[in-house]
Amino acid sequence: MTRASRIIASIVAVVLLGGAAAAFAVVWRPAIAAVEPPAPQAFDAALVKRGRELAAIGNCNNCHTAGGGRNFAGGLPVPTPFGTIFSSNITPDPETGIGRWSEAAFQRAMRSGVDREGRHLYPTFPYDHFTNVSDEDDRALYAFLMTRQPVRAPARENQLSFPFNQRLAIAGWKLLFLRHGTYQPDPKQSAEWNRGAYLVEGLAHCGACHTPRNALGAERNSAQFSGGDVDNWHAYALNDQSHAPVPWDADALFAYLRDGWHRDHGTARGPMAEVVENLSSVPSSDVRAIAVYMAGISGAPTPDRKRQDEATLEANASDKASSASQSNAAGASIYAAACASCHASGRPLPYGGINLALSTAIASPDPRNLANIVLSGVQAVEGESSPIMPGFAASMTDTQVSALLSYLRARFSNQPAWSGVDKIVQDARRARTASLLTSPAPRNVSADPQQREKP
Amino acid sequence: MMTLKVNGREHQVDADPDTPLLYVLRDDIKLNAAKFGCGLGQCGACTVIVDGKAVLSCVTPMILLEGKQVTTLEGLGTIAEPAPIQRAFMEEQAAQCGYCIAGMMMRAQALLQRNSKPTDEQIRAELEPHLCRCGTHMRILRAVRRAARLMDTAEASPAAKGSIQ
Amino acid sequence: MNAPVILDRRRVLAGSGALIVSFSITGALAQQQDAPAAAPPPSPPGSLKTSPYLDSWIRIDGNGGITVFTGKAEIGQGFKTAFQQIAAEELDVPFASLKVVTADTKLTANEGYTSGSNSAKDSGTAIQNAAAQVRALLIAEAATRLDLPVENLRTENGAVVAPDGRRLSYGELVAADMLHVQAQPKSKLKDPATFKVMGQSIPRVDIPAKVTGGAAYVQDMRLPGMVHARIVRPPSYGAQLTECDTSAVEKLPGVVKIVRDGNFLAVVAEKEFQAIKAMNVLATAAKWKVAASLPKQDDLFKVLTALPSQDTTIFERSNPAAAGQKTIEATYTRPYQAHGSIGPSCAVAQWIDGAMTVWTHTQGVYPDRQGIAEMLRVPPASVRLIHVEGSGCYGHNGADDAAADAALIARALPGRPVRVQWMREQEHAWEPFGPAMVTKLKASLDSNGKIADWHFDVWSNTHSMRPGGAGSMLAAQHMAQPFALPAPKPLPLPEGGGDRNAIPFYNFPSARVVHHFIPAMPLRISAMRALGAYHNVFSIESFMDELAALAGADPVEFRLKHLDDSRGRDVIEKAAQGFGWKTSQKPPENRGYGFAFARYKNLAAYCAVASEVEVNRETGRPRLVRAVAAVDSGQVINPDGLTNQIEGAIVQSMSWTLYESVTFDDTGITSVDWQTYPILRFNSVPESIQVHIINRPGQPFLGSGETGQGPAAASIANAIANATGKRLRNLPLTRKRIKDAIDA
Repeated sequence: MTRASRIIASIVAVVLLGGAAAAFAVVWRPAIAAVEPPAPQAFDAALVKRGRELAAIGNCNNCHTAGGGRNFAGGLPVPTPFGTIFSSNITPDPETGIGRWSEAAFQRAMRSGVDREGRHLYPTFPYDHFTNVSDEDDRALYAFLMTRQPVRAPARENQLSFPFNQRLAIAGWKLLFLRHGTYQPDPKQSAEWNRGAYLVEGLAHCGACHTPRNALGAERNSAQFSGGDVDNWHAYALNDQSHAPVPWDADALFAYLRDGWHRDHGTARGPMAEVVENLSSVPSSDVRAIAVYMAGISGAPTPDRKRQDEATLEANASDKASSASQSNAAGASIYAAACASCHASGRPLPYGGINLALSTAIASPDPRNLANIVLSGVQAVEGESSPIMPGFAASMTDTQVSALLSYLRARFSNQPAWSGVDKIVQDARRARTASLLTSPAPRNVSADPQQREKP
Repeated sequence: MMTLKVNGREHQVDADPDTPLLYVLRDDIKLNAAKFGCGLGQCGACTVIVDGKAVLSCVTPMILLEGKQVTTLEGLGTIAEPAPIQRAFMEEQAAQCGYCIAGMMMRAQALLQRNSKPTDEQIRAELEPHLCRCGTHMRILRAVRRAARLMDTAEASPAAKGSIQ
Repeated sequence: MNAPVILDRRRVLAGSGALIVSFSITGALAQQQDAPAAAPPPSPPGSLKTSPYLDSWIRIDGNGGITVFTGKAEIGQGFKTAFQQIAAEELDVPFASLKVVTADTKLTANEGYTSGSNSAKDSGTAIQNAAAQVRALLIAEAATRLDLPVENLRTENGAVVAPDGRRLSYGELVAADMLHVQAQPKSKLKDPATFKVMGQSIPRVDIPAKVTGGAAYVQDMRLPGMVHARIVRPPSYGAQLTECDTSAVEKLPGVVKIVRDGNFLAVVAEKEFQAIKAMNVLATAAKWKVAASLPKQDDLFKVLTALPSQDTTIFERSNPAAAGQKTIEATYTRPYQAHGSIGPSCAVAQWIDGAMTVWTHTQGVYPDRQGIAEMLRVPPASVRLIHVEGSGCYGHNGADDAAADAALIARALPGRPVRVQWMREQEHAWEPFGPAMVTKLKASLDSNGKIADWHFDVWSNTHSMRPGGAGSMLAAQHMAQPFALPAPKPLPLPEGGGDRNAIPFYNFPSARVVHHFIPAMPLRISAMRALGAYHNVFSIESFMDELAALAGADPVEFRLKHLDDSRGRDVIEKAAQGFGWKTSQKPPENRGYGFAFARYKNLAAYCAVASEVEVNRETGRPRLVRAVAAVDSGQVINPDGLTNQIEGAIVQSMSWTLYESVTFDDTGITSVDWQTYPILRFNSVPESIQVHIINRPGQPFLGSGETGQGPAAASIANAIANATGKRLRNLPLTRKRIKDAIDA
């Protein structure tokens, strides 16, 4: 072998060995010793209370509680492009939950996505956000979780195909996409803004739904808050790509996150309803901080959109009404007969049906949310004042739903017509049917968490 | 003038396309079972079956019913020849004031036509849109389970199951 | 009868030619108890007291067809069936051979309101005795004709039979005025041991029509030429109609008339949906002056207890020897709650040649007639009210108002039957609610852990603003020449209103009960099922548990320790046994057991309820898992009917107790539909409810339509306290309140 080629070979060997070592270092994580399950009384009550609030901001219960299951005992199926992942049991059960996890183990899971035994966790658990949570907040969350009722519920097998079922692959994912470091405050911004940024980028993990993902399932940082998907719902763009007819501001966001609805924007539906339900138990100041930060994300509305206040929208709507009716008589008649009695009745919101000219669902490029709502309606919440809308899946054919959706788009938005509405309606109907067959109404967990108790 | 097929018969109805089916059934065709409870799709008292699926007739305007088949409680059976669901409700005495019952029965009928052995959970979930103010819920559930058993018996002929389509 | 009710106008109005019916026309309402004069002759039992003629209750025609008349209304309790059973039993005729006619001012006795769980006691007793006496008269007549002693004769299947087999049917026996005699004070009633029909679970006569689409409700009435009306109600109490340009509405298709009288505004159209559309247009054309007039909801109880009140000590007993050592006090509150009838109120009225007929689901055809006659300024004799079933009313809902609305509109359209149907929002916003109440309790335990003294204060409005006076009805209040709201009065004891069941049924050495009657009514209120008993029993039975906990005693044993009444004790023991109640029981994790007992009004039916509730500690959500009840209603008429009532009471009370509260802002009611006034849905229905009946053959009927609500409420509250260790005293016991209590 020539000297050059020997050098090259050595360099290659070093690189390979180094790479392997590095890879090994990344892939392999040590187990952290199991501890005796800490006594609930050992935790300071104020710390537990803070942990409860943080858990609400983090929406832990919604993933870690299955329909019909016990609180935090896991088992919720989360569909991903790679297969179905089941959430884990985070009750302090010693055998099947996190009862034997030390605080350090818990923090490592939040920070780096590694469980006590050293296995990599799938990023369905959004540790790419939770890595930003501070030490003291992790401590509070740990205190909260360790004082929950232990539930014996063994983990369900994930349904992933090769190579995704190899946890080593996650190591590679982390290498590419997991950025560490506690969130750094921006001194140019207010304390409130910074608090909001800390929560949004961290625990609240808004981007996990509202940011589009790449082919490997990681958030595309260059398109942060440009909109994403969850459960056949579209999580709207929250940045300058927003299609909300009335631009969001901090006050509107605060009211919406607090109460679950806003007169200019509608009510929180689908998975967002669960988020808002949790936020109702969180200190106002935190909700306000989130609102302030997200208002910054939406940016100041362009002069164009600024002019679109409700009165203008109303005026536009009636102008558009006649042209929309002419081109789509069927949709117009369906709207007049089935929808207008509630949506144009002038009854007080949120119970009288939102003014459709204000609906982001109609203004959004993706008609899926509107299709979901028209088909399934809005169900009553047990014992709480909340909107009820009948679903039209049983009384409207796909053709009728499509005609209606197209009409609503033409009449109540300035946007170009949707395409592919027929298929979207079919898919929405199928997804709905599937979910109705597989998930009976939960009987002894929190009632479908959607709305407030006061009108 | 619109044609509406109800309980196997065609009716010529002089109603605007935006008229909810409920009023056509009650006022034009003079059927009693589907009831006005709220007119808002919140209580289920108006429930009938359209093309095999339970719908709230108070929020189903005529325009949606072109070419569809409507079945009301009257179409399932009579006192002399009751359908299984009607027999079940009579045998369980599943009514107090009875105002909500017709809607419940139609929803249950649609369920049983689709799923002849529903679990208790499934029955409860199915009846979620329905309100009963008298508190007859226990009997209603028993009556639906009884109807499932009646429909399931070997003697039940398709006609006796009570479904039209 | 199992045939669908045929509501054909001619048959209903014409009546039968041979019918001779007369009533005591003193207008005495069954409810009013005048002070008796000195040593009056003994009066016959039940409503025979006020309507003593036998043919007010039983009529037999020449063909043997038997009709039973009751002044009470079928409101879903199964009374038509129960009364048919009673009459069939005492007359000794097959059940199916009778027909029952209910409340009709032209045909039936004046029995006041179908309320207070008094129907079995008043009407059932009257029918039972009248039937027994009719049978006796028929036997006597047969004895005369057959020249045989009465004792040798028996009755069977509608005939009097002699030992030699000769038969005289009732039809043959009955002669012109034979039954037009006053009832004797005492009747020879059948021995309960020989009952063939009474005490049996005879299927209800009205259910077949209801499950096959037969006409069964006032909402199903279709009279020739009938038109449809809709009211445009003011946006809030006291709003004034300042202008209304009706020109656009008049042009709408099908509109027949617009009726405007002061603040009363209505539109009439040929077809129902036309009327609804016209109503919506008329509502936007109407301009109202609205005045803020309601208190702040958050301040409600402070406001109520600060209003002027008439304070009466309704019970006082003092035993200085009883020394209290440990004392606790508690305050319990109940918000306004709605009847929330599933079918909004409806009435049909027709005005022909100065005579007004109203078909209505009012609970009181006579008092409502009086009110409507007064409103129309015509003699009561020219107004006829006929009860036709509506959906369950649970007290004074919008029915009487809808009747008045229909009458007022019908007068503007002489000859045409006018159907008024309230909308859902109107029923929710305008019905008179169950009054908000506050109770303050204080009691002491002696050294033996027994209650030594007891103090109970209750604040409440009246629990009845029923017509009677025209001013009770919205139409009359809203007319240009309005009728004033009658002055509210407390309902007298022993029945009571806000003080119903305020006097404890237990034996306490010292006790004082004060009723703070509040005349001023910030929200429109009236009678709602159980009246004050719901909250008073909730309070007493919650507090009994708090005292039991203080004494370290088992809740059931603690109650028995203070109760002498043997039937009460039986009911408590039966419920506890049926539940599996054990003194040192440990409920499963997150679950609690609760117990409660009351005798409705301290004189009607007895009921005890044991319940198991599960509470989700993270969300606070309460779930009634199972309930076991025991009931003693005296002689049981229809066991299945009674079971149905108690099951329903528990479920209904669960909804009131866990979910329900009327909401309002400073101008009006904001809980206007099922979104804003949520009630129980199927996902919350318990896994099981068992009802154990203690039958008391031969004992008087004890009304049981309202006996379960109070005990069910307290039983659930006690179970929640047992599950969470936290005591909640403010109704409704919502998920959020429970969660906050757990988190605190």
